Amino acid sequence: MASKVKMKRRFGLKRVLESSIWSTLLFCALISVVVLLLVFGYLVGNAIPFFEQISPIQFLTGTNWNPGVTPPAYGVLPLLMGTLLVSFVGAVIAIPIGLGCAIYLTEIASPRVRRYLKPTIEILAGVPSVVYGLFAALVLSDWLAAVFHPISRLNALNGALILAVMMIPILVSLAEEAMNSVPKSLKEASLALGANRYETIRRTLVPAALPGIGAAIGLAIGRAVGETMAVIMATGNATQFTANIFSSVRTMTAALAIDVQETAVATQHYYSLFAVGLLLFIITFAINLIADYIMARFKEAYQ
Amino acid sequence: MNRKAKEALMFSLLRGCAVVVVLTLVIIIGYIFIGGIGKWSVDFFTKNPAPDSHGALVMGGVFAPLVGTLILMVLVLIISIPIGVLGAIFLVERQGKSRISRAWWIVVNNLAGVPSIVWGLLGVALLVYYLHFGLSLIAAAITLSLMVLPIIMVATKEAIEAIPASIREASVSLGATRWQTVRHHVLPYSASGIMTGVILSLARAGGETAPILVTGVAVNAGIPGSLSDQFQALPYYIYLMTQTTNRTQAYAMADAAALLLIVLIVGMSLGAIILRSRYREKYKW
Repeated sequence: MASKVKMKRRFGLKRVLESSIWSTLLFCALISVVVLLLVFGYLVGNAIPFFEQISPIQFLTGTNWNPGVTPPAYGVLPLLMGTLLVSFVGAVIAIPIGLGCAIYLTEIASPRVRRYLKPTIEILAGVPSVVYGLFAALVLSDWLAAVFHPISRLNALNGALILAVMMIPILVSLAEEAMNSVPKSLKEASLALGANRYETIRRTLVPAALPGIGAAIGLAIGRAVGETMAVIMATGNATQFTANIFSSVRTMTAALAIDVQETAVATQHYYSLFAVGLLLFIITFAINLIADYIMARFKEAYQ
Repeated sequence: MNRKAKEALMFSLLRGCAVVVVLTLVIIIGYIFIGGIGKWSVDFFTKNPAPDSHGALVMGGVFAPLVGTLILMVLVLIISIPIGVLGAIFLVERQGKSRISRAWWIVVNNLAGVPSIVWGLLGVALLVYYLHFGLSLIAAAITLSLMVLPIIMVATKEAIEAIPASIREASVSLGATRWQTVRHHVLPYSASGIMTGVILSLARAGGETAPILVTGVAVNAGIPGSLSDQFQALPYYIYLMTQTTNRTQAYAMADAAALLLIVLIVGMSLGAIILRSRYREKYKW
C-alpha cells in the first residue's frame, strides 16, 4: 500500500506538472541572477582597458577632465567634486526639513493630517526627475539669479536645491519607518516620568531611532549621488574643479550621460566612461550596503 | 524659556518643516500646471512635434513621444514581470532563508539603488554594441527592464513574506503540493502587493530619461515600426525643449509635456498607493 502511494506520487501527472513549474521558476530566478552578474562583469570588463593605459592613482587624483583634446586628460576629481558638492549641499538643506517633517508625521500630526500628508510625500517621490530638472532649469535658476547673482545662471546651488527636494521624500519615509520601529514602551516610560512630548521626542525617540535615521540619510545621499537628469538640466555642466556653489559644475552622472552619446566605441574615451561608471557604482553600492546593514541591525535590536 | 513654551516653539518648527514640504510640491506642480495647461488641446495629443520657422521642433504636439513612452512601458512589463515575479517566488518559496538566498537578496536590494545612468551605460556596452541591437527600442526596453528587475523582485518578496506562515502550513498539511500552495494561497493573497510593486516599477521606467537617452531615444524618430527602430519618449521630449533656442514656445511645450508626464506617472503611483491601502485593509492577519 505504502509503495503504491509512492509510485503514484513519483509518476503522476501532478508530479510532472509540479516539477516542470518549479523548473520554470528556477529558470527565471537564474536569468535574473545571471543577467545581473553578467551586466556588472561588463562594467568592470570595459573599465580594465582604461586602467591599462591610465593608472588608478592618476585617474583618482587628476584635477583635469578633458577627454576630447590631445593629449586627453583623465583626472576624475572635477567630476567627483561636482557630484559631492551638489549632493552634500543638497543633503544639508534636505536633512533638517526632511527629519522635521518625519517627526511631525509620526508624533504630532493628527491621523487626519497624516492620511493626506503621507500620499503627498509619496507623490513627491514619484515625480520623474526630468520634471524636477525642468523646474530647476526654467524657474528655480531665475529665482537664484535674482537673489545671489551667481557666476553662471545654471550652477551647483541650483542643482543642490533641486536634489534636496528629491531627497526629502526618501528621508521622510525612511526616517518615519525608523521612528515607528522604536517600541512604544520607551516613549510611554518617558512620558510617565514626567517628560513632555517634545522632551520625549528629543531625549528618547530620536536617540533611540538614531541608527535608522542615519541609514535614511545615507540612502538619500546615495540617491542624490546617482541622480542624472535633474542635475544635467540644473547645473550647467561646465567641467571645472571648484568648490564654489555659484559656479557651474559637471557631475559624474552628467559626464556619463553627455559623453556616451558622443564617443566612438572601443576608444580610450569610451573606456574612460566605464571607469567613471565603475567609480559611481562603487560609491553608491557602498553607501547602500552600509545603510542597509545599519537599518537591518537597528530593526533587529528592537524586535 | 519654560518647558511648555519650548515644546510649543519646537512643535511649530516641526510643523513648519511639513508645511515647507507640502508647499514645495504645490509650487512645482502649480508652476508646471499654469505654464502647460494652456497648450493642452486636441492637436497637442494627436500631432507629432513639428519644426518652427528656424527648424526647432517646438510646434505641433507630443503624439509620437507619448506613444513611444507607452510602448516602452508595455515592453518593460512583458520583459521584467515574468522574470522578476517568478524568479522572486522561486527564491522565497524554494530557497527560503538559506545562505544563498540571503546573500542574493542583499545583492538584489542594493542593485535597486544603482544609478539609472549606470544601467544605461551597461545597456550601451552589452545591448547596443556587443549584441549589435544598435540604438533601438528593444535596447532601451531591456535596459529599463534590468533597472526595475530588482525593484519588482523586492516588492514581490515583501508581498509574499507578509502572508502568515500558518496559511502555508495549513495548505501543506491538507496535502497540497508546494506549487498548489503557491498557486491557490500564496499568489492570491500577495497579488495586490505584487501588483503595487509592478505598477510603481512601470511608473519609474516610464519617467526615466537617462538610460533611454544613451540607448535609443531620438529627436524625431516618429512612431517606431519595429523593435529595432529608434523612438521618441515624453521625458526626453521635455529635456529637448529646455535645450532649444525658441524659448517662449519651447518652455510652454515643455511644461505641457511635463504636466502630461506627471498625470501619467503620478496617476499610476497614486493607483498603486490606493491599491496597497485597500489590500492592507482587506487582509489584516
